[in-house]
Amino acid sequence: MSASAPASGHSLRADGGAPALAALRPRSHARRKAVDLLIKISAWAAAWFGIAVMLLIVWEVVRRGIGAIDLAFFTELPPVVGEEGGGLGNAILGTLVITTVAALIALPVGFLGGVWLAEFGRNGRIATGVRMVANVNMGIPSIVVGVFVFAALVKPLQHYSGFAGSIALAFIMLPVMARTTEDILNLVPNELRESGLAMGVPRWRVTLGVVIRAARSGLITGAVLATVRVAGETAPLLLTALSSPYWLDGLFGPEGFFGGPTANLTKTVYDFSGVPYERMQELAWGGALLIIVAVLGLNVLMRLIFQRGKEW
Amino acid sequence: MVGTKVREQADTRQDVLVAPPSEVAAARSTGGEDFDALESIISVRGLDFFYGKEQALFDNHLEIKKNRVTAIIGPSGCGKSTHIRTYNRIYELYRDHKATGEVMFDGHNILAPGTDLLETRRRIGMIFQKPSPFPMTVFDNVAYGLRQHYKLNRSELSDRVEDALKRSALWDEVKRKLGEPGIALSGGQQQRLCIARCIATEPDVVLMDEPASAIDPVATAKIEELMESLKANYTIVIVTHNMQQAARVSDNTAFFYEGHIVEFGPTTQIFSNPQEKQTEDYITGRFS
Repeated sequence: MSASAPASGHSLRADGGAPALAALRPRSHARRKAVDLLIKISAWAAAWFGIAVMLLIVWEVVRRGIGAIDLAFFTELPPVVGEEGGGLGNAILGTLVITTVAALIALPVGFLGGVWLAEFGRNGRIATGVRMVANVNMGIPSIVVGVFVFAALVKPLQHYSGFAGSIALAFIMLPVMARTTEDILNLVPNELRESGLAMGVPRWRVTLGVVIRAARSGLITGAVLATVRVAGETAPLLLTALSSPYWLDGLFGPEGFFGGPTANLTKTVYDFSGVPYERMQELAWGGALLIIVAVLGLNVLMRLIFQRGKEW
Repeated sequence: MVGTKVREQADTRQDVLVAPPSEVAAARSTGGEDFDALESIISVRGLDFFYGKEQALFDNHLEIKKNRVTAIIGPSGCGKSTHIRTYNRIYELYRDHKATGEVMFDGHNILAPGTDLLETRRRIGMIFQKPSPFPMTVFDNVAYGLRQHYKLNRSELSDRVEDALKRSALWDEVKRKLGEPGIALSGGQQQRLCIARCIATEPDVVLMDEPASAIDPVATAKIEELMESLKANYTIVIVTHNMQQAARVSDNTAFFYEGHIVEFGPTTQIFSNPQEKQTEDYITGRFS
């Protein structure tokens, strides 16, 4: 039983043996092009809206803060109320110390935790639990972390301290570092792990010498970005490091890192931006500018250094 | 002791180069050797394998003959790679992979608990489908296993690295690039680097899991030549989906289908006079 070839030029079957298919009816091109254009414009507009907001903020901060940046800004104490001059030297130093100590506490622990999650715990029950806790911790509002450290450290010791601020920041960094490390190690292909193990090398040495090595640029970037992120935090310091008009001095004295409130950039910006004295407001803008420049600068620097990204 | 091994190796390689491939094949096909009398280095008995609840290998029995090239062929997903991945227990990297049965090597069942995995994996090396140089220099790639398994001083180490690269037919191409990252080499060179890295630690068996499927034909030819020269000192098991390759390089061939070993014997027999209908259909291309 042979049917004649279908009349439609669009039919896919012309072998004559099979039943003829209905002809394909092309959809309207005009409509598809219109939808395509609409989506392109929406995406473009949304992207530029976000960028424009950021540029506006940066522009305003630069415009208002640039005047405050001079040598004294980095080296001198803030002026007393109503006076001119001075700088944010103590706050800059405090932020550096508080953030560095936080990084020293959180980065190694977070890194090892991430290595464990990616290489050893993996999909086990414990790892799933740990991963969930880390994800939840990343979502906790930072003021809550501040309150927690206040209750756990500041209240029992009866005084604020830079160290309490470091603990609060470390608490925020820890899950970020762990999850970042895990994600980056998961990008290392399994072939590399198998190749290492197939050489008769123990698992821990393959992890250290091959897997982590393959991911090193990503890991360094992750660590720096985690640090930079918390360097700009204010809320956790409100109830922990507080602020101080003095230089950080020693460890356990009333102006020491462990002994008393410690000046820091974010809290100082917060305080100075709310007072009716022009010089202090100017310093606040300067502080904000310094934070933004540092965060943006380190982000860009990391991307420039590790532009090649994958090295395996 | 190793010195002698290398010298013997050099002699054999010359022989191979002198004899045209057709003659080598002819010598093989005349049945110059008694297959059953050959010494086995690995004996697989009753091997089953499971991915979780799904069984992938069924009652595999196989004799890997010493100093021979054994090819494992079969359609995609038939369990070829799964099978050889039990020889060094590399599957254990994954939680739900499980093997039961016997893989006898040197009088000991590799699958049994208490196997010294580090030493077993030194003696049974593996080359993977995708070249996987470690993120370090060419030199350090080859030195990696040597440093792990042996005490060597600096000059011994560099002698060994040079020797392994020469035996992998890579030395001339990389002798001026020893300090460059392994990843900077071409795909075919990377694969030979992996072979050098593997044979540097003097294994007995080299498992190759589709070693040429990710590289170009010229590089493939080099690797096939290399196998011929390596088999004097090593036993090679190669998984390949390329039947011409199996016919070219192997002495013995096992045909896998859906997790079963359908047929196993000398390559010439499998390709010219298969005993099983399925084998014949596969090698004549009647199903895939």
